[in-house]
Amino acid sequence: MTWYLIVLPLLAAGVAFAIPSPIWRVRILTATAILHLIGLLVALRGWGTPPAGAWLGLDALGGWVLLVISVLFLVCALYAPAYLALRPDRDGRIFTGSLLSFLGLASLLAQSQHPGITWVAIETTTLATAPLIYFNHNRHSLEATWKYLLIGSVGIALALLGTLFIAYAANMGGVEEPLLYGRLMHDSALLSRPWLRAGFVLTLVGYGTKMGLAPMHTWKPDAYGETPGIVGALLAGGVTSCAFLALLRIYAVVAAAGEAPFARELLVGFGLLSMTWAMVFMVRQLDFKRLLAYSSVEHMGILVLGIGIGGNAAKFALFHLAANALVKSVLFLSAGNIHRSYASKQLPFVTGAIRRTPISGWLFLLGFLAITGTPPFAPFISEFNIAYTALTTGHVWVGTAFLVLLGAIFLGMSDTVIKVVFGTPSAQRVRTPYKDTFATTAPMIAALALALVMGLWLPRPLQDMLQSAALMVGGQP
Amino acid sequence: MLHDILITLTVLTNFTLVATSRIHKSIQVAAFQGVLLGLLPLTLGLGFHIHILLMAAAAVIVKGWFIPFLLRRALAKVHIHREVHPYIGYTVSLMLCALGTGMSIVLAHNLPLKPGGPFALFVPAALATLFTGFLLLVSRRKAITQVVGYLVLENGIYLFGLMLIEAMPILVETGVLLDLFVGIFVMGIVINHITVAFDSMDTRQLAELKD
Repeated sequence: MTWYLIVLPLLAAGVAFAIPSPIWRVRILTATAILHLIGLLVALRGWGTPPAGAWLGLDALGGWVLLVISVLFLVCALYAPAYLALRPDRDGRIFTGSLLSFLGLASLLAQSQHPGITWVAIETTTLATAPLIYFNHNRHSLEATWKYLLIGSVGIALALLGTLFIAYAANMGGVEEPLLYGRLMHDSALLSRPWLRAGFVLTLVGYGTKMGLAPMHTWKPDAYGETPGIVGALLAGGVTSCAFLALLRIYAVVAAAGEAPFARELLVGFGLLSMTWAMVFMVRQLDFKRLLAYSSVEHMGILVLGIGIGGNAAKFALFHLAANALVKSVLFLSAGNIHRSYASKQLPFVTGAIRRTPISGWLFLLGFLAITGTPPFAPFISEFNIAYTALTTGHVWVGTAFLVLLGAIFLGMSDTVIKVVFGTPSAQRVRTPYKDTFATTAPMIAALALALVMGLWLPRPLQDMLQSAALMVGGQP
Repeated sequence: MLHDILITLTVLTNFTLVATSRIHKSIQVAAFQGVLLGLLPLTLGLGFHIHILLMAAAAVIVKGWFIPFLLRRALAKVHIHREVHPYIGYTVSLMLCALGTGMSIVLAHNLPLKPGGPFALFVPAALATLFTGFLLLVSRRKAITQVVGYLVLENGIYLFGLMLIEAMPILVETGVLLDLFVGIFVMGIVINHITVAFDSMDTRQLAELKD
């Protein structure tokens, strides 16, 4: 167990909240992000199965998800100083404190081996991120925060009920406390099936709400649309990954109990529904930040679809988690820059970004190409392999629907993106003093480069870890 | 026997909640429901173990006094007394609540119970209360009534949690109490912001963001 991954960011959050100097505050943010990633890489050298009976421990699955979050957080933390310098009017204390608390709680979640701790961590990440959505302190951000909290809280409450159902399933079967995931998987034959199934449905709906699966995604376009790009990046790649991990842990128990066919049908259903729903709202979407939010709904759908198809597709769903997080950070941060330059995020007012903010414009375009599955970026690898596995393992209809939806989403999204990037200048545009600088673009270039490298080559140890994580999801303790 | 009466009363308060239009009264009824549920663990014949006493005391204080106190204080700042024109009318709400309670009984019938506990009515009542909370959340316009809905939803989960209080006290206690306290506390803060920003508590004001 690696306490420092949890304690360091939480301590840093306290310090960042307490000190008055804005300069030192962002330094603490960046330094903590770097230290967290280094600490995690050191800890991951010895990943394996945590000792039986440990409540906290870093295994392949949690380690992989935390690695994704840590890298994403570093990208955001490198972008943050320049962003906060542009927003001297807003309180950076709560902002920095919330960001760092989120990192600490995500580390707790990734190492949790107990459904109760997992649930507490998800609950507290919701709290830590709510002030970030309210960052702009205007009516729209208030509306977004209220929806995020209300819908998110109901989702988390359902996840708690689902967790209690699974605990009751164990209680009926005579499985003793503490109900660690390892024990639940080991004694899965004893669990009461009706309660286990009902518990899985509730946790799927509950954590699915936090992920933003359709039809429980309604908070998402509002929340992502009204927050700064940097928060959008962290929500779309970080908070959703946390909820996905919580869901995967329960799925692993269900799979170990031999109930995978039941669970997989549900996952495929939610996956296809999310992709379809997202597609409908992406066509003719004038607001490019809401467009990205619906893209996030789509990719959450791809994640659960991959798990639902199973086998190799589950491994590539985990790979897609990383690909999606990296590319989404490029998209949200560049969209934030464009938004800043035009003081608007609506289509007729934002056109021709490639001339006004060339780097952000290009990155937005490349990010769009990457996320829709253009080779050689990482999302292509995962989307191709999920489709391939679906088509070759008898899910012909699902695979076909998946490919058709991907194509339709590419077309629907391209319309808006091309107008934003290349569109002819219109008289309605506003010009603000914002210009692309090294500090506001370099973190995105790094993230996109990483997504490109991942599409071509993944280091051996990471491949092993991914393989091992996929086996864990499949129900092997 | 006593616990069956308490549970029956809880289900009856569900019907009162969906049928009332006065916000003061709905807070009062929700508080009453909280007290009923708080006393419930003492009537189960589980003995007076520290966990049971803690759960009962915490539930009575938080659900019966603290949260209603916060809600009343928020209500005093804005001059509203009634939930006018809810999304779903009171008669329809009552019928939906009855339907939901019936469905909960059917659903609970399909879930096996550990033989020999006093828990026969727990699962249907928990699901019915959960459903009532959900109904209040989606059918009302005022932020404060939505919070009452969330409180009722939480009561349903608490009721289910009581079935596990003996076997896994810590999981149940942290879960139920943290969820409740945190949810209401944060929503209270946001309601405060809404009241300041819009000079009202009507969530219709919060409907500018859409596609």
